[in-house]
Formats: sequence, C-alpha cells, structure tokens
Amino acid sequence: MDWQSWLIGIVGRALAFGTPLLWGTLGEIYAERAGVVNLGVEGMMVLGAFSAFAVAQSTGHPGLGILVAALVGGGAALIHAFLTVTLRANQYVSGLALTMFGLGLAGLLGRGWEGIPLKQPLPSVTVPGLSKIPLLGPMLFEDQSILTYIGLVLAVVLWLLLYRTRWGIVLRSVGESPATADALGVNVFLVRYLAVIVGGVLAGVAGGYLSVEYRPAWTEGMTAGMGWIVIALTIFAAWDPLQAIWGSLFFGALYHLSYRLQAWLPPELLKLMPYAFAILVLAIAGLSGRRRGAPGALGVPYARGEK
Amino acid sequence: MRRVGPFILERRRAPSRAVVIGVSVLAVLAALLVMAIIFAGYGVNPWHAYATIGKSTLGSRYGLMEILRRTIPLLLCGVGLVIAFRAQFWNIGAEGQLLAGAVAATGVALYSGIPGPWLLPAMFGAGFLAGAVWGIIPAFLKVKLRVNDVITTLMMNYIMIYIVDWLIHGPWKGPTMRGFAYTDIFPKAAWLPTLPLSRVHWPTLVIGVAAAILAALILSRTRLGYEIRVVGESEGAARYAGINFLRVSLAVMILSGGLAGLAGVGEVAGIHHRLLSPTQVSMGYGYTAIIVAWLARGSPLVAIVTSLLFGLIFAAGDVIKTVLRMPFQVTGVFNGLILFFLIGVEPLMYWRVRLLPKGERWTGRAGSSGS
Amino acid sequence: MAGTNEEGLVRASSYTSPMLVMRDIVKTFPGVVANDHVSLEVQAGEIYALLGENGAGKTTLMNILYGLYRPDSGEIYVKGKRIHIRSPRDAIAHGIGMVHQHFKLVRPHTVAENVALGLAGTPFWQPARVVERGLKELSERYGLPVDPRARVWQLSAGEQQRVEILKALYRGAEILILDEPTSVLTPQETAELFKVLLHMKQEGHAVIFITHKLSEVMEVADRVTVMRRGKVVGTLPTAETDKGSLARMMVGREVVFRLSKGECHPGEEALVVEDLHALSDRGIPALRGVSFTVRRGEILGIAGVAGNGQRELVEVITGLRKAQRGRIIVLGKDLTNRSARRIADAGVAHIPEERLRMGIVPGMSIEDNLILKKHHRPPFSRGPFLQLRKVHAFAKRVIEEYDIMTPSPRTPAKLLSGGNIQRLILARELSGQPGLVVAAHPTYGLDVGATEQIRQLLIKQRDSGVGVLLVSEDLEEIMALSDRIAVMFRGEIMGIVSASEAKIEEIGLMMAGERRQQEQPS
Repeated sequence: MDWQSWLIGIVGRALAFGTPLLWGTLGEIYAERAGVVNLGVEGMMVLGAFSAFAVAQSTGHPGLGILVAALVGGGAALIHAFLTVTLRANQYVSGLALTMFGLGLAGLLGRGWEGIPLKQPLPSVTVPGLSKIPLLGPMLFEDQSILTYIGLVLAVVLWLLLYRTRWGIVLRSVGESPATADALGVNVFLVRYLAVIVGGVLAGVAGGYLSVEYRPAWTEGMTAGMGWIVIALTIFAAWDPLQAIWGSLFFGALYHLSYRLQAWLPPELLKLMPYAFAILVLAIAGLSGRRRGAPGALGVPYARGEK
Repeated sequence: MRRVGPFILERRRAPSRAVVIGVSVLAVLAALLVMAIIFAGYGVNPWHAYATIGKSTLGSRYGLMEILRRTIPLLLCGVGLVIAFRAQFWNIGAEGQLLAGAVAATGVALYSGIPGPWLLPAMFGAGFLAGAVWGIIPAFLKVKLRVNDVITTLMMNYIMIYIVDWLIHGPWKGPTMRGFAYTDIFPKAAWLPTLPLSRVHWPTLVIGVAAAILAALILSRTRLGYEIRVVGESEGAARYAGINFLRVSLAVMILSGGLAGLAGVGEVAGIHHRLLSPTQVSMGYGYTAIIVAWLARGSPLVAIVTSLLFGLIFAAGDVIKTVLRMPFQVTGVFNGLILFFLIGVEPLMYWRVRLLPKGERWTGRAGSSGS
Repeated sequence: MAGTNEEGLVRASSYTSPMLVMRDIVKTFPGVVANDHVSLEVQAGEIYALLGENGAGKTTLMNILYGLYRPDSGEIYVKGKRIHIRSPRDAIAHGIGMVHQHFKLVRPHTVAENVALGLAGTPFWQPARVVERGLKELSERYGLPVDPRARVWQLSAGEQQRVEILKALYRGAEILILDEPTSVLTPQETAELFKVLLHMKQEGHAVIFITHKLSEVMEVADRVTVMRRGKVVGTLPTAETDKGSLARMMVGREVVFRLSKGECHPGEEALVVEDLHALSDRGIPALRGVSFTVRRGEILGIAGVAGNGQRELVEVITGLRKAQRGRIIVLGKDLTNRSARRIADAGVAHIPEERLRMGIVPGMSIEDNLILKKHHRPPFSRGPFLQLRKVHAFAKRVIEEYDIMTPSPRTPAKLLSGGNIQRLILARELSGQPGLVVAAHPTYGLDVGATEQIRQLLIKQRDSGVGVLLVSEDLEEIMALSDRIAVMFRGEIMGIVSASEAKIEEIGLMMAGERRQQEQPS
C-alpha cells in the first residue's frame, strides 16, 4: 500500500474516529470551565448511543436518533447537575454513579437490539469540489460524517463564545471563582446547570454518532471507555476548545492505528494503546505544568458561605 | 437556619451515628423502590421479583453460600478501597488490580514449577505483589506528576483487561470451547478448598476478614494509619506536618492494590480454576467495591457488613438472570441507583427538619443559642 | 438607580434624608446570634465607621446589606423606600456596592474582564473593550489609577483594591461598603485611600467602612457605630469621642494599650538567615537576599504589607519551600532545604498563618491534632505503633494548661472557635520546648481575649530563652511585642531597628520601599 493511500486512510479515519472524542471533549470542557467535573461522560455516551440506535432503527430516521441522543444525554446530565450543584454532593462519586447507571441501563434496555445492523445509517458526506484537491481532498472531504464538520465548526464557535463574549466571561469566572461571580449577581447555580447540561447534550451526540454512523449497530459497552479518554483529553487540551481538535485527531489516529496494525501485532495489545497513551499524555501534561490551566474552583461544590 | 413553609430547617453541626445509619438505610430503600419500578417496566411483578430473590438467596443454604462466595472478592477489594479513600486516593482501578492478581496466580499455577504444598501460598504472594505493582504506578504518577488518580487507575483497568485477553488468546491459550477462550485448568494443588457443597473458597474469606481487622488496627493504632488519615483529611496540614506524601501514597496503594490482587487469586484459584476472559473473572467486583467502601464510610470493619450486602445484590443478580429472565446488567443499574441515593441523601444528614409549632409566628428571636 | 450624567457614568444623587436605614436586623447562625436587633442610619455624603472587634457582627451585617446573607428579620430602607435584598444582584440594583476584605476577583482575568463580569448593558461581543474605555474615565475622576488590560494576579494589593472600588462605582454604587480596607495597605497607601474616600464623600456617596482600628475611625470617619457581640453598643459622631471611650465600648472594659514586657536578654543565635533567595508559587523571585539573625530570648518582628515575601520566608525557614540560594542555620545546625519534619524535630515551632488549612486537621479530634508534628516520635509513637494512652494523657494536660475550651478531647477540631483553634496550635507547638518559634499572624481574626492570651504566651516563651520570629501585618502588634523590628519589602529587608527607638513614620517608609539610611548591626 503506497504511502499516499496510507496517509489518506489514517487522516480520514482519524477525523472520523476523532469526532465522538471531539464532541465529548467540547462538552466536558464547558462543564469543567464552570467548575463541575463530570465523570459520567461514559454513561451519557452509552445512553446516547443506545437511544440513537433504538430511535433510528424503529423510525428509520438516523437524524432523529441523534436528536434523541442529545436529549437523553442532557437529561442524564440534569441528574448530575442536580446532585452536584443543588445538593452539593461529591462530583466524582456522582459522575461514577451516573456511568454505572448508564452502562447498566443501556445494557438492560439494549437486549434484543444487539447484532442487528442499522437499516438506515446516517449517510456520509463528500464535499463537492473540495474533495477533488489532490491528497487533501480525499483526506479531509471525502466520505466524512456531517457531524464531523459540525463538530469542527462547533469547536470554533465554542472557543469564540468562551473567550470573546459576555457569556464566556461569566462561564470562566464561575469556574475560577464562584464567590466572585456570585458577589456580582451572577446566578452561579444556573450557569453550572447549563454548562453541565451542554456537556451532556454533546456527550449524547457523541454516543449517537457511534451507533448511527461510525459503526451502525448496537453492542453493549460499545463506547469502550471513550468517555474516560474524553476526560483525559479535556486536561490535555488545557480546557481550550480549539486544542481539543488536535487532541481528538491524535486519539482518533491512535484508534485507527490499533486496527491497522493488527496484521503485525496481537489485536488485544493494540487495543490497549489508546488507554496507555491517555496516561502518557496526562503524564506529559503534568510534566509541562499544563494542569495549571485548570479552572480554579474545579471539583468544589459552591455554597454561599452560610456558616 | 431557613424557613420553608411550615418547617424550619436547622443546620446540624455533626450528624450522630444513628442519623448516618438511618440515612444510609433510607438510600438503600429508595433504590429498592426505583428498582421495583424498573421491574414493573420490564413486565415483572416487583413483589414476585423480590420474593423470588429473597427465597433463592436468603432462603436456601445454597443461596446463602452464593452470597458468601460473592462477598469474598467484594470484601477484599472493599477493605483495600476503604484504606485508599481514607487517604483521598481515588482508586477506581480495583478491577484491574484484581485481574493483575489473577494473572499472577495463573502464571504461578501453570508455569512456575513450584512444588505442590507451596503453590497456593506462592500464588497468593504473587497475586498480592502483582496487584500492588498495578496500584503503585498511578500512585507515583499522582505524587510526582500530579496526574489525576481517577483517570490513571481507570485506564489501568482497561489495559489489564486487554492484557488478560491477549494472554488467553495468545501465549497462555488453552483449549477453546465454543468460542470462549481460557487457559489450561490449574493443577489440583492450585485449587483452593471450598466449604462442602458450595463455591465458598474459605481461605480467601478468612484472609478477607483478617485484612479488615488488620486495616482497622493500622488506621487507628499505627503511625502509618495516622499519616494516612491526615493526608486524607487535609493536604495542607499533612504538608505542614512534614508527612511524606510519596511514602504514604505508595503504602496505601500497595495495600489497596495488593488486597484486590488477592481477590483475583481467590477467583481463579477458588472458583474458576483457570484464567478466563476478564468479564467472567470479575463481573465488576472492583467497581462495586467502590460502593462497598463508600457505604462503609471509612471503617474497614463496617466494610464486612457492606460487602455482605453487595454480595447479596450480586447473588440476586444471578437469580434475576436465571429465574426472572432479566439481564444481569440490572445489578449495574441498581448499583448506580444506590450510589445516587447515597450521595443524594447526604444533605439530610446535615439538616434537621422541625415543624414550626402551631400558631407561633416566626419572629426570628433566637431562644436557645447555646455556644 | 443613581442618576447618570451625559457620559453615562454615576453621579450619586443628593438626597438629604438618611440614604440608608437598617432597622432591627436579626441574624442567627447555629449556636450564635451574629446580629441582635441592630439598627443604623447613614446619610449621603458621610463617612460612617462600623467599629468592633473580630466576631462582633459587623461583616455579617454588611453581608446582609449586600445580599450575601438573608436576615432572619428586620427592615432595610434605601432613600426612604423599603427594599428587599435577596441577592447581590438586588443590592447592586439599589446602588449598594461592597469591597470585601478578601478581594473577590478572578485572578487570571484582566481588570476589564473582572469589571465586566455580569454587568448589564454591556455588548455581547467583546464587552471588555467597552469597559476599558469607561474605566479610564472613572479612574481619573476618583483618583484610582489602574491599567484595565493588566491581569489581576499581576497587581499589588493596593491596586487590586482599586479595581474592587471601580467595580462598585462602575455599577452605580451610591452606598459603598469597605470591609477592613486597610489591612493590606502600607501607611502611605492608606492615606491615599482616605483621600479617595473623602472625594467620594464630596460626590455625595455614603461610605461605610468596617474596621477594628481606632485610629482610622478617628481620622476619617464622621460618625461611628460600635458593635459588640452582635449588638450595637452606641452610635456617635467621632468629633464627640476619643480612642479610649471607643475602645471601652468595643471591649466592655478598660483596655491596656501597651503590653508590659520585661527587658530583653538575648542569648546565643537561634536562627541565622544568610542571603536567602527563593521563588514564589508563580516562579518569580519572592526572596531576594534576605539576611538576619534571631537570638534566643528575643522577639524579632517582621513588619511589612502582606505579599512582600513574608509567607515565602516563613515557608523556607520551616522547610515547606525550597531556597534557591542562601543558608538557614537553626540552633547551630545548617538546615537549609531540609524537610519540614527534620526542621520541626530540631526544635522549631511553627504557628502557621493559615490555621484551618495547615495548622489543624479539621476533621480529626483535638487529641489527634495535638500530636500532629510529633506523632512519629516517642512518647507518642514506639516503632510503628501509636501510644494512645500517652496521647490521651498529654491531651488532657495540655487542654487544661492552655485553656482550650471543648466538651471533650475527642471533639473534631473544626467545631472549635477561632481562638480555641489557635490555642490548640500553640499548645501543640509550644509544649515541645522549642528553641525557635516562628509565628505567622498569630492573632489574626481573634477576639481581644484570645489575642491578649496569645501575645502573653509569646512573651513568656521569649522570657524563658526561646527565640521568636514574629510575622504580622498588624504594625501595632509588631511594635508592642518585638525587641527588634525588620521591615520587608519586595523580598528584601529594608532595615532592622530596635523597637524602643523605632518611629512609625520610619517604618512606614520602609514598608513602602525606602531603605534605611544607616545599617543597624543585626
């Protein structure tokens, strides 16, 4: 296989597989920017994957499936928001509970939906004109999902919102110093609720993409720990939506490589590559002091200081 | 203090033990209630479901033995996690550490050539070591590079799962049966004895109870235990007191990982007698042990009780699968629900609700304000 | 809302009846009545002081006014109209602004972003730009120079305070509350602040300032309300009273202004610091060549505004921070860059600035806290095991000796009052017969009773031959307790003077960066 088709394959598939990672990471970035850690991403993704599949399979409309996945993700996030923001419970435990619950529920409801390929998957898109550019064309513009392109645009939009608008100042301030925002009349609870729900919506879409387009079928646990990679990516991207693009591309390439190299190396050992890299990536981030970019109040429930 | 309708909410400074227990029981009951709804949604009569579960688990000798058998790995992992949580080390990796212990035990049993009577002790030793090693890697990363312990321990789970997969499909591949891969069966010297007519491999159980007692003693009566508690309560104070974070973290994770490793040894040497696919060796023991430890609220001795509770839930899951024909994932749902309610009811521990006496207006005059 | 002139900026209205009336405010927390039927009235164009010692209820009252707390009962009137303040948003809408003692600023953001946070009327896109322009005009008008593009963490405490004031003024505050504003300022910066306050008074604002410093009240306030234990003791114009009467009202009994301490008999060197260099958390030099000596039997006070390296100095000496260069010789041994444990074992007691975060383990019992730094040695440990009986006995003895008020030695330390927590820390640190005591802000936030007791304890240590290094922002405290005074500014010692000869103006100049003319032998 000549290097050109090899390169096209890798970048193309990196984009494709990076898409759910990108959506998930963007959502988690927003939640964490408001100061709330959401370890329930895995649960939200798998619930999104299942609901998207179920809806798409029964109605024949994959787009509707994605929409429902978004709603389901947001609904699950609402639980997390209620527990962590209103009840001020431990954010880590709440997220873990959500993941356990989500995985269990998806497995429970998913019985009977397994093994049947999706009748009508989300069609892939080839951008006319741009796909004719030599090398770059087939790499970036051929046979991709519309969700990939929406995701990239979303990353830019979210970056602009975060750094150039009034909402962005509010969101970042709530995550850095909720007491400050509160003292200026900002509704910290509302901002956190919204950020967490946005995170859930995006995670739901990420899961939906998996079951409705990338591998149009439902298998239990098909998210295979992607939610955890998302959390690692959030740190690696230094909570910046644009940097999330590079991180997701990198891991997308890793996932693809782990399939590609199966001719040479045992498949199981290849499958552990993304997880090992996640640790490596965090270790590097730790060495370079990237963790300093963490929102100041991340992980700490906010109470107005009533003694 | 706040007024909500006809009630006054008063902040409690420190909840009493009775309150904590009462609130925890409330959480479990609430989860049971929601489960009943889920049963109904699946078309199963909740009363019938709970009755069947009760009869098959608590109502028969075999059922009780099954509860006990499920408790063993939960107890070992749970005690280890209690220690980790006391130091605020979020060890989500008990699953991987358990598998590491299973792998080490398998290696010793099948390939080490150690003579008969020494085989089981060697397996336990190797299992403890393997689990400990798997646990201290995240500890190093956390202390030296400030890498988040939740993610590293979690990632290590997945890594170990795939290592096991590789072993049973690759170098350690034994006979394959209908698509399920597993290693050769252990020699008899590597089989743990069980209580008659059951699958309760009692040596591991004894080790588990001993571990709980030892952990409780370590935490309350030793220097290390004291330092673990300080590190867990206040990082700033621990630094100020000159406590060596690395030493404490390593000790904690050696214990926590090692105990989970022992659980893995128990599973392969006591139940399966070979190394199987990861999901068959541990059906989420490592994750469930998190709830066992959380519910035990920092006490290794209470973990004995909470691990029994979750042993019951696991055994119930079996019944649900075989008798009620619902998928085993129901237990995952139940675990998630319990955890939700546990953290959801915590505010109740800190607020006392009182009825405003009839006819009295809320004047704001603070009558009894003891200091 | 205040009337706005053509530029859209605030001009406080000239309203002649009381601008603010708080009537019969009651606020209770579990176990304590913070405000017990408190009433006050503030006019427009006046500077009003709220005086009281720590715990008197002044901050609680103002937090109620600013909407951070809700009163159990009582009424608030602004410009004659009854209002209900449920949150800071309401307070801001009614023209109330607050500058908190611990600044509420988002450190990584710019000044403009901080002012723009949550500000109504700014554009959705790039609001900081618009705010930058508005800030320039406001800061000129009130004499509060600040760079709108600077990031807050780069600013000095005085500059940050200006940002806080501008934040309030930008939102149209006519009533401005300042909570202990001078605690982070040098004497010169304090004088500048007072000029700004007078300017605001002329512009018709009502300025309320919370303080426990009598001299400030007499200098700048028109009227003062004294609070004690949640109640108002009295309200009067400052022209009709003096420091002595105010002090009596504040405390309820005669107050001694100068501590009596015996003569200083310095012995051998307890601590020698040579050319110490160290970095702050952000990597910038915090200590730039600090040298001094503390002898046994004397108290060396380090004066200076917070943020000039005192924290880093204490941390390096106690082993909690690395020194890049220089030496620390403790009781004759070179312990530079040794671990905190090693230094503590060598006989150094450390009373930390952050009581709750470092000094105690809040969730553990008092007993457990009392052995905190010595838990690894006999008598509290033998080998790997704790000697619990010895721990019990020690705790019982020390709780009585140091007057720690608690129902039981097993009570969690976090339930203790501030004063008792500090007594606990002192009991622990001083009972080990240290050779050197490093005390950082030991009486900060404590009531007068605890403050006196702790000062006496330090003097007792000094009298029994222990060397004491005292770091404090309270200049009066430094002058009262120290035998010699060293002043720190931007990581250097500006000068060391003997306390008996020290003049407050000279010290104030050094705190602001003027180096002392003649070098005093240390």
